[in-house]
Amino acid sequence: MDKDKGRQPSFEERLRVARERQGLEPRRPAPGDQSDQEPSALGIGLRVAVELVSALVVACAIGWGVDRLLGTRPIFLIVFIPLGGAAGILNVWRTFAPRPEKPGKTARNDRMPP
Amino acid sequence: MTAVAASGSIDALSQFELHPALGEAGATVHFAQSNLMMIAAMVLTLLLLWGGMRPRAMVPGRLQAAAEMLYEFTYNMCVETIGPEGRRFFPFIFTLFLFILLGNLIGVFPYFFTFTSHISVTLALTLVVIIMVTLVGLWIHKLHFFSYFVPQGVPKALLPLLVPIEVLSYVSRIISLSVRLFANMMAGHVMLEVFGAFVVMLGAAGLIGIVPAAFALGVNVALIGFEILVAVLQAYVFAILSCIYLHDAVHLH
Repeated sequence: MDKDKGRQPSFEERLRVARERQGLEPRRPAPGDQSDQEPSALGIGLRVAVELVSALVVACAIGWGVDRLLGTRPIFLIVFIPLGGAAGILNVWRTFAPRPEKPGKTARNDRMPP
Repeated sequence: MTAVAASGSIDALSQFELHPALGEAGATVHFAQSNLMMIAAMVLTLLLLWGGMRPRAMVPGRLQAAAEMLYEFTYNMCVETIGPEGRRFFPFIFTLFLFILLGNLIGVFPYFFTFTSHISVTLALTLVVIIMVTLVGLWIHKLHFFSYFVPQGVPKALLPLLVPIEVLSYVSRIISLSVRLFANMMAGHVMLEVFGAFVVMLGAAGLIGIVPAAFALGVNVALIGFEILVAVLQAYVFAILSCIYLHDAVHLH
């Protein structure tokens, strides 16, 4: 009995942890968010570079391919390169921005103690 | 480290060349050492899970604890990131995570090959993920899935500009996900090779070279530790990003 009484205060805590583990209670958005803030400057730089360049590469490939198909040599390439740059910036923003935009998630964030 | 040529130049990239494995039979079917390592990763995964879970002890031993922790860690990652629907995708994420993790870790050992240092491998893995994510989104939301590319709360006039940007951002995941894993693994092994070559070249330079050679050896020891960190971290990053993409496909905005 003594043992049980000693455990009693932590029961709520344990129940909460167990419920969270089973996905029954909303939690922080994603562990990925935490790992975003931890890595070194080199890690952040690499991620930004990859995000920026990959969007540009895809945009160039699409523009070049469409030009090749339609025979309109530089036009689509010229159109897609700025779009790719913008998509790259969007990627970086998505990766590093705080995520309060969604109403459901703000509520969750507010509920979680820091 | 046999790549240090007699001419004294550092050949850091020949370590990524493919060679036929398993002798004559392997050469005829183009079975490279990379494929052999994939099978090794698979066998190690099966041994870990099968061997670990065989005792079915109430108080787990070391191997069983490792298998159980891996299982629970990935399970929690799926459920926390994707939501309750994540259980459905857990087998896929678990397989992906263990395959990449074992592949990265195998590569740290001498005489082994890191198959994740080839972009063809990581690109294939990424394509599997992205195509599956797209199909899951289409399957759950039908044609409504395409509203994912329409940002909310912007003027209609801007949509012709913003929708292509969203689509490009979506497609560029293929490149960013595959290049991140490939570049991290390749860069690490190039660094190891370069510092290994420093040890050999400086050590051959006689008495003056001994001290810097010892320093380069020390750097290499630290780099091995760093490589193990990167191997685990990149496997985790690949898995968690797959989960985040799945979350986006399941919940749209």
